[in-house]
Amino acid sequence: MSFEPTLLWAILLLPLTGFVVNGLTAFLAPERKQIPTLVGPGVVAAAFVIALVNFFRMSGAEHLDPVIVSYWSWMPVGSLQIDAALQLDQLSILMTLIITGVGSLIHIFSIGYMKADPGYPRYFAYLNLFVFFMLVLVLGANFPVMFVGWEGVGLCSYLLIGFWFKDREKADAGKKAFIVNRIGDFGFLVAMFLIFTNLGSLDFRDVFAAAPEMFTYGAPVVTAITLFLFLGATGKSAQIPLYVWLPDAMAGPTPVSALIHAATMVTAGVYMVARANVLFALAPLSSTVVAFVGALTALFAATIGLAQNDIKKVLAYSTVSQLGYMFIGVGVGAYAAGVFHLMTHAFFKALLFLGAGAVIHAMHEAFHATHKDWDPQDMRNMGGLRRFMPITWITMWVATLAIAGIWPFAGFFSKDEIIWQAAVHAVGPYAGWAKLIWFMALAAAILTAVYMTRLMILTFHGENRSGKEEAKHLHEVPPVMWVPLAVLAVLSVVGGWVNVPHEIADLPVLGWIPTSEWLHHWLEPLTHTADAIIAGNLGELSDTAPVGGGAGAWAVISFVLAAVVIALTARTLLGRSYRPAHEAAPATGFLRVLQNKWYVDEIYDAIVVRPVIATSRFLWRYVDQLIIDGLVNGAAHLARGFGAIGSRLQTGQLNTYAFAVIIGVILLLGFVVL
Amino acid sequence: MADQSLFLAVILFAIGTVGVLVRRNAIILFMCIELMLNAVNLAFVAFSRSVGIEGQVFVFFVMTVAAAEAAVGLAIIISIFRHLESVDVKDFNLLRG
Amino acid sequence: MDAFLDVIGYSTWAVHFLVFFPLVGMALVLAGPDSRAKHTAFGVSLVEFIVSAPLWFAFNAASHSFQFASTVPWIPQWGIYYRVGIDGISLFLVLLTTFVTPLAILGSFRYVQKRERAFYAMMMLLLTGVVGVFVALDLFLFFMFWEIMLVPMYFIIGIWGGERRIYAAIKFFLYTALGSLLMLVAILYLVFKYRALAGGLSFAYADLLQVPLTFREQFWLFGAFALAFLIKVPVMPFHTWLPDAHVEAPTPGSVVLAAILLKMGAYGFLRFLLPLFPQAATHPTVVLILLVLGLLGITYAAWVAAVQPDAKKLIAYTSVAHMGFVVLGIFALTLQGFQGAMIVMLSHGLSTGAMFLLLGMLYERRHTRNIADFGGLAAVMPVFATLFVFTAMASIGLPGTSGFVGEFLALIGTFQTHPWIAVLAATGVIFAAYYMLPMVQRIVFNDLDKPENRELSDLSRREFAVLIPLMAGILWLGLYPKPFLERMEVSLVQLLDVVERKRIATAHPLSELISLQPETVVGSGD
Repeated sequence: MSFEPTLLWAILLLPLTGFVVNGLTAFLAPERKQIPTLVGPGVVAAAFVIALVNFFRMSGAEHLDPVIVSYWSWMPVGSLQIDAALQLDQLSILMTLIITGVGSLIHIFSIGYMKADPGYPRYFAYLNLFVFFMLVLVLGANFPVMFVGWEGVGLCSYLLIGFWFKDREKADAGKKAFIVNRIGDFGFLVAMFLIFTNLGSLDFRDVFAAAPEMFTYGAPVVTAITLFLFLGATGKSAQIPLYVWLPDAMAGPTPVSALIHAATMVTAGVYMVARANVLFALAPLSSTVVAFVGALTALFAATIGLAQNDIKKVLAYSTVSQLGYMFIGVGVGAYAAGVFHLMTHAFFKALLFLGAGAVIHAMHEAFHATHKDWDPQDMRNMGGLRRFMPITWITMWVATLAIAGIWPFAGFFSKDEIIWQAAVHAVGPYAGWAKLIWFMALAAAILTAVYMTRLMILTFHGENRSGKEEAKHLHEVPPVMWVPLAVLAVLSVVGGWVNVPHEIADLPVLGWIPTSEWLHHWLEPLTHTADAIIAGNLGELSDTAPVGGGAGAWAVISFVLAAVVIALTARTLLGRSYRPAHEAAPATGFLRVLQNKWYVDEIYDAIVVRPVIATSRFLWRYVDQLIIDGLVNGAAHLARGFGAIGSRLQTGQLNTYAFAVIIGVILLLGFVVL
Repeated sequence: MADQSLFLAVILFAIGTVGVLVRRNAIILFMCIELMLNAVNLAFVAFSRSVGIEGQVFVFFVMTVAAAEAAVGLAIIISIFRHLESVDVKDFNLLRG
Repeated sequence: MDAFLDVIGYSTWAVHFLVFFPLVGMALVLAGPDSRAKHTAFGVSLVEFIVSAPLWFAFNAASHSFQFASTVPWIPQWGIYYRVGIDGISLFLVLLTTFVTPLAILGSFRYVQKRERAFYAMMMLLLTGVVGVFVALDLFLFFMFWEIMLVPMYFIIGIWGGERRIYAAIKFFLYTALGSLLMLVAILYLVFKYRALAGGLSFAYADLLQVPLTFREQFWLFGAFALAFLIKVPVMPFHTWLPDAHVEAPTPGSVVLAAILLKMGAYGFLRFLLPLFPQAATHPTVVLILLVLGLLGITYAAWVAAVQPDAKKLIAYTSVAHMGFVVLGIFALTLQGFQGAMIVMLSHGLSTGAMFLLLGMLYERRHTRNIADFGGLAAVMPVFATLFVFTAMASIGLPGTSGFVGEFLALIGTFQTHPWIAVLAATGVIFAAYYMLPMVQRIVFNDLDKPENRELSDLSRREFAVLIPLMAGILWLGLYPKPFLERMEVSLVQLLDVVERKRIATAHPLSELISLQPETVVGSGD
């Protein structure tokens, strides 16, 4: 029984319509806020419903091949045939559900968050456009269509980061995001060229079917393809070395950070690797690079997260770090695990960002009411908010426990699975690297628990540091904002239960949640080729961690470790007293290096940005103006010089001319006569 | 008779040529040119006695052209004088390179 | 539609009309008063467009031969005929010309304030010249149109331009004239070579294609033609006339210059260079040199563009970068490369044309082109800002716009034959963002901190009407380029076929082949 998708086109067209309607409202009737309030979240929610219908129908189908719907022929040139086509399969419907589901909640939250902003319709227009492009990205049936979404979301990200463009820093942040992403896009383009040249097609179906036959395991070409693809992923998913744009991207409105820079767009790179799993499975070197870069990023970003004071910056580095985990997952060959963490992360990180948004909203209103010019995002100015914002407080703790990996919250299952998969894949030629990755992942997990606990303690516990007068204005956010928080909190708990491995289900206490491994089975049709390649070439997988111990044991260890770290951190920090930002002493020593993000921005500025600009100026001033134009103008001056000499003969005096004529006549006569 | 006439024509032509070369006043230059033309006319007439009547025909042509030339030339000189307040050819140097 | 066109005999008179109607228009403009000149000119160019539009339908995409063709004796003693026709390569360049010209004229309604009659007469003459270049199938006729178009452009820059207009106009004229003189010599060489063989003179394109040439002859003739086209395209290092000409030219001049005139060089490559001198054009060293020039254009121009303080100059340099993709696509010598080059040409015509129109609208309001004089315009001119950002995105090749389709095809075509050059050229996507986004930010974003900018009025209806067709074209080409691709395909396949067939199998070193020693090795030259 083949499966016919229901209204697949509408999933895309709805957000696009929303963009058009909201965009027109922004120009024609910006004061009519009810239009974007209805249309903005409405279209995304409607798309979610359609996606849900499709999902349930797919779940019920007996046999599920990827459904490819081709709408029109986009670039037909000789052997290159690219259609504007969508592909509905297990992976793309999952991503669609995450995007439209989490997206709807964030849209609803935005109604409250942005209600006072004059650019309200414009905001929803951009947000709808983003959802559209994101859906194109995950639903595209070939690399170029995916690239449309890939760059389209980059455009929306650019517009939304710079949404408050009057502030130069914010506009700069948008620009930085776009340019850094373009470096990644370059990699994506080159990968497409390589794929087409070697496989003769860019359609997912053909490419992934042909690749195992065309390429031998570890062939240089497929390694090159995957490395270039991964360069694209490092740009979009903020991995070393291209992660620098994401922390700056926090300049955008906070719901934007939740949607684009936490839940959806930044996971596009992970999605891409998972989608191209056949290619990555064929390239063990690239896969190791992916996993190692992921591990390095996870650890590196976590260290920076330890020392940030801006609540959104902590979450930004946390996102970078968690994306690193996803890359560990897809890098070691556990594609389902990577996607699983992508999903749970979408829930709890969106929740954390929205919670932070609620906090910032409250702090901003309080400072605004008393005309205090303090930074509403600086955690040193907060403290003790749990008394004013209980719902936000509880929901954010749920998300914190989830991200830290506490049973039975969602993050526990997904993160544990990734770490465990890194361990079991530590075989074959790159086993040493995999072991190192496993250690790094564990270390980063500990750091995650530390910085998240620090964030919670500084924000919600201890004494309130915002000022007496301001404290009177602090209050919980309205229902339109906290209801999405509550929904996401529920998802952050149960989201992980869809993929409980049997090792954990067999344990006492932790085994309370029954084994399901649903996601694993769900994605199995898409990953079985890759699994077979890995199994065929890597040999028997390990069943213990590098230092011994099985899956169950390590699940318990990681859970206990996280719980202990949270408890210890909370105890230590609660014992300290903090000063508001303007009274706080500047950080010193290593803390200062962390606070300044290892000075990576400064280093990039010195070795990349400045030299590029200096070279540009040099090329303009010296090569273009001096050498080339110099030659051109020199030639002109030469001609003019000859002309000047010739024109000396023209005195303008009639007598001189007449004299010359007579001399000439006499000379001529002389010749004739003689 | 012809010899004397030709001798006179040569002298008149030489006077005209020297005048054109050394004088600066546009009117005088003009009159010198007329003088040269008339020297040529004289030579034509002188030759017509021995060679044929065509020389005299040429004289009429030269006289008409000279009249036209005088009319246009004088008009130009007057126009220049209005602009420059001078008939000195030294001042007519717009075309100098 | 087809039946209607048959009834009115469209295919018999369409091309003649397109070539000569602007001349009639020129007379009409000159005959009317100054105040009506722009309306007359706009009307004429609009009629021109309307008449050209059916070419789209009447064109037979399945045939690679010249359509709407006709031959009229002109100076038959010398083998010079008025020969015109359209194939898949010239079809869209003609349509681009007739499409952009009315918009350029409409966009200049307020810009041109003095001697309007003369200005619009020049625009009409330009239109004749450009259409003539694209339809001419006689090399004498081609050369005549090629030169005719210089004259109005020279005056447009020289009379209605900015402060350094004379310098720019002369530079433009001399650069172009220098290249075309060598081309004339090469044309004459071909013609006399033909006479030696066939006994009579002929300037006909079809006849000259038959002239057998040794490789050495091909190389030198190729060089003479290529110089003319490289200057026109322009390719680094022959590009310095372009920034000056663009900066000084009035808006409609810049639009026509960027959108249409630059395409003549690339058109020359496809129409003349490749089929006339296939062995020289496919020699690996020659190809490599041209690809490197294209690559240099893409990267070098992008870098130089990034630091320009003058917005128009910046866009002028981006033209060089875009045209680099065209050169790359052509000398990739693959179908994808050819198609990509064509689409880049059309896309560049639309997006850069729109960019110059937008900057012209700013100039009309503020009388400055300095990027630093603006900032925060999105707050006072939201419509302008939206269209500006859209155009900028099309210009840097965002997928979904025309720029992406062209660059993608050109690069993927180049990758088939010269992967490393394609990879290096693909860095152009990074540099494009590097030059374009800072300018966008400094003009429409940031704070509205200059008091002069506070009172700027948003786009008028006329200005909006000028830009919308261009935006629609950009989206159409970006989302559904198939109608364009399929109409060009057969002609380009045929061209590729000719080139591939005549390509010499074994490549001799270039130095040996072009040396002045007596020739020992010659190409098959059939």
